Formats: sequence, structure tokens, C-alpha cells
Amino acid sequence: MNGIRLSVPASATRDEVIQVKAMIQHDMESGYRRDQVGQRIPRNILKHFECFYGDQRVFHAELNPGVAANPFFSFFTRATDSAELLFRWTDQHGQTWTASRFLEVTDG
Amino acid sequence: MRLITALLATMAMQLALAGDAPADLPRDAAISGLAFLTEETKALQHDDFANPGLLWVDRGRALFNQKAGKASCRSCHADELAGVFVRYPAVEASSGQLITVNDRINRCRSRQQGLPPLAPAADELLALSMFVAAQSRGEPYAVSIDGNARLHFERGRAYFFTRRGQLNLACHQCHDQNWGKKLRGDTISQGQPTAFPGYRMEWQSAGSLHRRIQDCDAGVRAQPLQQGADEYKALELYLAWRAGSLPVESPGVRR
Repeated sequence: MNGIRLSVPASATRDEVIQVKAMIQHDMESGYRRDQVGQRIPRNILKHFECFYGDQRVFHAELNPGVAANPFFSFFTRATDSAELLFRWTDQHGQTWTASRFLEVTDG
Repeated sequence: MRLITALLATMAMQLALAGDAPADLPRDAAISGLAFLTEETKALQHDDFANPGLLWVDRGRALFNQKAGKASCRSCHADELAGVFVRYPAVEASSGQLITVNDRINRCRSRQQGLPPLAPAADELLALSMFVAAQSRGEPYAVSIDGNARLHFERGRAYFFTRRGQLNLACHQCHDQNWGKKLRGDTISQGQPTAFPGYRMEWQSAGSLHRRIQDCDAGVRAQPLQQGADEYKALELYLAWRAGSLPVESPGVRR
């Protein structure tokens, strides 16, 4: 259901700084809105976004109710070794969504 | 005295007649709603990764390739339906009905896949329609308004020129006569359909052209029709014609 879009270069030279982008489809319902009959719409948000490069967590963001729907993150990391980049989103109930891409690092 | 009265009556009649037959916005003067957006929003629409409408296009592609019922969409349409979106709404030869891309998808579902039709506002239908629309991105609309389509076209045009709601406003009054001026914090656009189906920040989601029209109807405090209503399909035909040579932007991004 939750679509995920990732942008990670397939390969990079060692020590190159690469840009990584990730977007997930999520309502990020703030919990402050009311529906047409005045009932409060329950909060339903992602709380964490993390990126692991091999064994190392290279990026972490804590999300709050003010974040818009379909959160999009873009960040930079240094290519060190060939390894998997694992992206993980965790919602307020602890449910997680993951996606990954393999980064090939060459000694160019 | 009698002469003056007669003259005044004639003038009043002429004014009334002129009021009854307002002109369409010249099709060569069509300006996309894109022109009224901030640079940031334009950039978001043009970003082939970050455009949030692409989440729905991705889902539509997955649904297109996936076997559902008796077949996948791709098993018939290996060409991914490039250039098809711009021809809709169109009159279906067998039934004489005006059908939209959404109707066409549902006909395939029932005839080829043996599945029940999707609801007009279903997210799967939205995703499929956005995938199909994205294959026509950059192409101008090419709808037919002749022959069997003429009646639907006139009906759509009539909807556009009819005052409605507590504010008693027609689409025409904002989008033909007053586009470019301010309405609260926004600039009034020409009401061109090119972004849709697309992403709207106010919705925090993607949506169909019919959903966008519902918001205009609600804005003039009229009772919006259902998505997929005959009047909205006819209006969609009129808008596609009115867009002139503007290219399809779907998935567009709007406020």
C-alpha cells in the first residue's frame, strides 16, 4: 500500500559524497483535524526515518505531527565500502516499512 | 414616450441576449495553471523524483503489470497506452455514452478481467488513471467534439456557464472573466485541467479532475456532484477542448 521511492546511485568511487533521496506515501494525519461531523481524526504519523549503510546508521530523523504527507528526505553520505543502504520508516504504533539499494563502491 | 420605452426595451433585450451567449475563452490564449505557481512548486512538478504524484504513477504501473482476475492490463496493452489519455473523454461507439479514462479502465476490468468496477474515487482507479495519463505527458489534448460528442460538449459548456451555489457564480465568471486577479491569497487561474489527475497540496494527496471540480463547486457553496457524474464528464470534455494546445502535465502539482 505505502509506495516508496528511492534514489541511490548504483555505483560510486571510494570517498565520493553521494546524494540519497527517499520518499514514502503516508497520510501523516496530524490528529488535530476534524472530519465533516466534527469528530477528531485520530493521529496517524510516522515517527522515525532511518538509513543504514552497511552496519552504520548514517541518517536519522524524528517526525512530528507538523510534517506534511508523503515525507521526502534528501541527504548526503560518503561512499566508503560496497554495501547495502537500508531505509526504514517506523510509525507511531511501531509498524515498519523498509526498502534497500545496493551501492557498489569502486577504487576509481 | 412610447418610442423611448420601445427603444429601452429593445436595448434591454439586446443586453440580455448578449448576456445569454458569452464567449469561450480563446483557445489560443490558454495559460496553464502552472504559470500561477511559485517557483518551488513548479520545480516540484518538474522533478522526476520528488513529484509526489509519482507515488501514484508507480502504484498504477505496478497494478498495470499485475495479473488481476483473468489478465493483467499489460497482457493486452504492451505499449502502455502512450498518447491515449489525450483522446478522452470520448463517445463510446457501442453505447453512445461519453466515457472518461476511468470508465474505460472499468470497462476493461469487467470485460477482460472479469472483475467488478472500481468506485469512481477509489485510490486504485486514481493510480491506474495517473499511470495512463503520465504516458501522455507533454502532449496536447485531442478530444473530438463533433458528431455524437457535440451534445455532451454543449452540456459541459452549459455547466461551465451556469451560475450555481449560494454565491451564484458560474465557472465562467472566475476562470474566463477574472483570471489573473486575486481571490484571497491566490491568483485565479483559467481553470485549465492540465495538471489532473495530479497532486494537490491542499489535499495532501493526489486526486482526479472531478475531485478538483467538486472543490470549486463547494467553493461557491453549491452541492458538489459525485465524481464520475455525467455533468462532470461533459465538463471534462469541454475543459479538454478549451485547453487548446496546452500539454498534459499529469502528474501535475498544484496548491
